[in-house]
Amino acid sequence: MSKLRSQNEYEKTSSFRFWQWLSGEKDPYIDHVEMKVQEEFHEPPILVKKREIDHIKLHNKIYDIDHNKEIKFFQGVYRVSAVVLCAVIIVALVICASYLPEAGNPNNPTVNEVAERYVEQGTAETGVINTVTGMILNYRGFDTFGETCVLFIASSCVMILLMVSEEKLKHLPKNLEPTNDKILQYVARIIVPVLMIFGFYVIVNGHLSPGGGFSGGAIIGSGLILYSSAFGAEEIRKFFNEKVYKSIKITALILYGCIMTYYFYTGANGIPNIFPLGTPGNILSAGMIFFINLFVGSEVACTVYSFYALFKRGGL
Amino acid sequence: MSDIIIFLLLIFLVICAISVSFSKNLLNSVIIFMSYSTVMAIIWILLESPDLAITEAAVGAGITSVLFFVTLKKIKIIDEMVAKNGPTLPDSENVTGKEESTHE
Repeated sequence: MSKLRSQNEYEKTSSFRFWQWLSGEKDPYIDHVEMKVQEEFHEPPILVKKREIDHIKLHNKIYDIDHNKEIKFFQGVYRVSAVVLCAVIIVALVICASYLPEAGNPNNPTVNEVAERYVEQGTAETGVINTVTGMILNYRGFDTFGETCVLFIASSCVMILLMVSEEKLKHLPKNLEPTNDKILQYVARIIVPVLMIFGFYVIVNGHLSPGGGFSGGAIIGSGLILYSSAFGAEEIRKFFNEKVYKSIKITALILYGCIMTYYFYTGANGIPNIFPLGTPGNILSAGMIFFINLFVGSEVACTVYSFYALFKRGGL
Repeated sequence: MSDIIIFLLLIFLVICAISVSFSKNLLNSVIIFMSYSTVMAIIWILLESPDLAITEAAVGAGITSVLFFVTLKKIKIIDEMVAKNGPTLPDSENVTGKEESTHE
């Protein structure tokens, strides 16, 4: 022990406490933050085993596994086809990857021509003034379609996890609903229309000024959130209930897919499409970008509001 | 001039990011996170990318914070704080939770 200080003295210094925290021996915040560490739930292993056996027995009894040839055949085909499908996808992806240019090569097209072309011919080819929108909605429209699908799937998953039944939604505890907060209502009455119009402006002007579907949709979604938190669920259900939500969301995604398919088909075969480019600078220009902005915007607005509503009360 | 402003804002960003994780009060953490997003939006504008600035302001400062607030309300932290030190709002009359909190 060739320490300059004794152990007791060393334990009082801050470097010792820091080292303790760093090595995970003692967490200084463990009892001071609001959230407590949850205790693990231990189930006796005998019960788990019994439940599993019961489940298998019930399953066998319902489907009559011993005498049911269809199920046996289906299980065999299912396993074989899963392996075959995985193999086909892997082979196709590897073949595609072998055609890609080498990574890190300074002569790659992504390093030189692509960015140049976006900047120089973006306005002439897509008819937009804001090149960013032209890039993400026209040149890379397929990527944006994937993002829109991700939004759709995310809100569906949140619905699966957090949705409650209709009867439970009607008998919510009272502290989840607003109780006539006059200040909030007065402010919301002034701000919500402005928010909605501004969001719509950002969406519709996506090809002319900064903004676009994603940001405008987020603004409209926050307007809906403000309205619903000021006036309650009943008020907003008068114009934005689950039926409207579902129809807007699904229609936007399907129309986006249709327009993108049509655009790719005509572009790949050299056929002129029905969306005129118009004069750059007009509202009704830039071909399909205007419509795609609208669809993406409504999709994002619905997703954002549904996240809030499902988190807060478990239903729209 | 613009360089100095960006430099100051970046320092503020770092301070915000550190104090988010070291704040003991979760409500304060969320509010600091909101200010982080707002400053980030200003920096995006100074870096000449207004598209990102609009999205950052709408999503980072608006919607994320609202979702955090709803979560805090769900796990009853805001109600506890109101019942303990704040004035009683009409919203929190039904709250019976007067459990002892570890926060002094």
